[in-house]
Amino acid sequence: MSTHDHSTLTATRPDFAAIAAWIPPGASVLDLGCGDGSLLRYLQGTSKVRGYGVEISDDNIVACIQNQVDVIQGDLESGLSGFESDAFDYVILSQTLQATRHTEPLMQEMLRVGREGIVSFPNFGYWRNRMDILQGNMPVSEVLPYQWYDTPNVHLCTLHDFETFCHDNKMTILDRRVMTGDSEIKLLPNLLGSTAVYRFKRAV
Amino acid sequence: MLPSYELVYETYGTLNSDKSNAVLVCHALSGNHHVAGYYVDDMKNVGWWDTMIGPGKPIDTEKFFVIGLNNLGGCHGSTGPISINPATGKPYGASFPVVTVEDWVESQARLADKLGIAQFAAVLGGSLGGMQALQWSLAYPERVRHVLAIASAPRLTAQNIAFNDVARNAILTDPDFYGGDYYEHGVVPTRGLRLARMLGHITYLSNDAMADKFGRGLRSDKYSYSYDIDFEIESYLRYQGDKFAAYFDANTYLLMTKALDYFDPAREYDDDLNKAFATARANFLVLSFTTDWRFAPERSRAIVKALLHNHLKVSYAEITSTHGHDSFLMQHTHYHNVMSAYFDNIASEFTA
Repeated sequence: MSTHDHSTLTATRPDFAAIAAWIPPGASVLDLGCGDGSLLRYLQGTSKVRGYGVEISDDNIVACIQNQVDVIQGDLESGLSGFESDAFDYVILSQTLQATRHTEPLMQEMLRVGREGIVSFPNFGYWRNRMDILQGNMPVSEVLPYQWYDTPNVHLCTLHDFETFCHDNKMTILDRRVMTGDSEIKLLPNLLGSTAVYRFKRAV
Repeated sequence: MLPSYELVYETYGTLNSDKSNAVLVCHALSGNHHVAGYYVDDMKNVGWWDTMIGPGKPIDTEKFFVIGLNNLGGCHGSTGPISINPATGKPYGASFPVVTVEDWVESQARLADKLGIAQFAAVLGGSLGGMQALQWSLAYPERVRHVLAIASAPRLTAQNIAFNDVARNAILTDPDFYGGDYYEHGVVPTRGLRLARMLGHITYLSNDAMADKFGRGLRSDKYSYSYDIDFEIESYLRYQGDKFAAYFDANTYLLMTKALDYFDPAREYDDDLNKAFATARANFLVLSFTTDWRFAPERSRAIVKALLHNHLKVSYAEITSTHGHDSFLMQHTHYHNVMSAYFDNIASEFTA
């Protein structure tokens, strides 16, 4: 079983607590690239959400079912055509944005299917990443655990990049949490924060 | 209308004290009540879903009370066209009514009444069996907690109906069919039934599976330049056709394919499947197989979409398999892992 209790889970994934804080009880949630279903299981426990995950990997489908999380097998890169417009309160993409190829259409799809979108991603502008680059190496860290040759991450960005992207794509950012480990970063977030979580919606 | 009918069924495992661990297995076109295990006096007669059902298997008969039945109109012991009509003393034959998936579910519910089962832990099936499981969620939403539709569809496509109609025509045009009353002529429409099965069998396999298993392999090392059997695939299909025609009833085959064609719960809701599932309350597991072109994954995804629309709990897995529609009957590690995980959850909801 890949079940975690809440305290160890939020220690390993501090973005989960930030996401949970935004989601009111009873909300409907679609978690894209949900892995073993940990986030949805956590949200079902904390917020009594009605949620489904979307996953491509066979092993994760089994893990989700074992975690008693409803999961739909599918490939995010081919869009969300299996989901109706405005079907969910929140569509979440946690620590997956940077690994998507068709990032721009997927972000649009999130706001077609959901009222609001939530994404979390590793901030490439974090000072340790900048130091690695300055020293001439691609960053490898707890948040970016891959070598350049085996990384699934194809679309890494900084906080600034993401905010520009939202502006250019007519998406309004509603809220932001920036963290390093489990402590929140308020000062110079694009430099001092290793992980960012955003909540956004369609600009009107 | 039938004045009365009998259903033959088998059970596996033990019904628990509050009768909350019952699982109903619905069979497909050629299936029957013998879903698992074998008989002491007939050890070679292994149930058609023995890979899935039994002690320690995904549907664990040490936890669940599993029921397999032969559907009304079948030819394995339940009342069907081959049965004697008490009013005439002769087999029903052509006078046996066409039965539908809805009729089957109705008769299955009466069986459940007889067995004192108010609510099934799960109703499941593959293909036509999956349609019955879906119908359970619509007709008896309070009587089933989990519905598993495997390699199934919310209704057949035109292409799928076309295959069924060619199969039926093979039977209907066999000179030995006698309008369905062949029993009294002491013959069976073997040629038609055999052709129907050969055609069906092609559609249950994938192109790749056939290529892998037979390729262009020859029975001898040279062409015969005649219309005898040259290729292994011809030999295989004829063997399958002969085997099937020897034990299956042609009228039952007609009836089963027609039930497949007619099933369409959205029909009375302006073809809106979302509306059809509005009454459903069960939790669902929907499974499809990548190389199944007779009941393709997109047909299963249409079911999932309607369930999501109705805010029902559903999981969906698309199993990578080379065996086409027949995959649902096969041993397959990932498929069985998904089933085990799902049935473990069902088992955690009741106390032994």
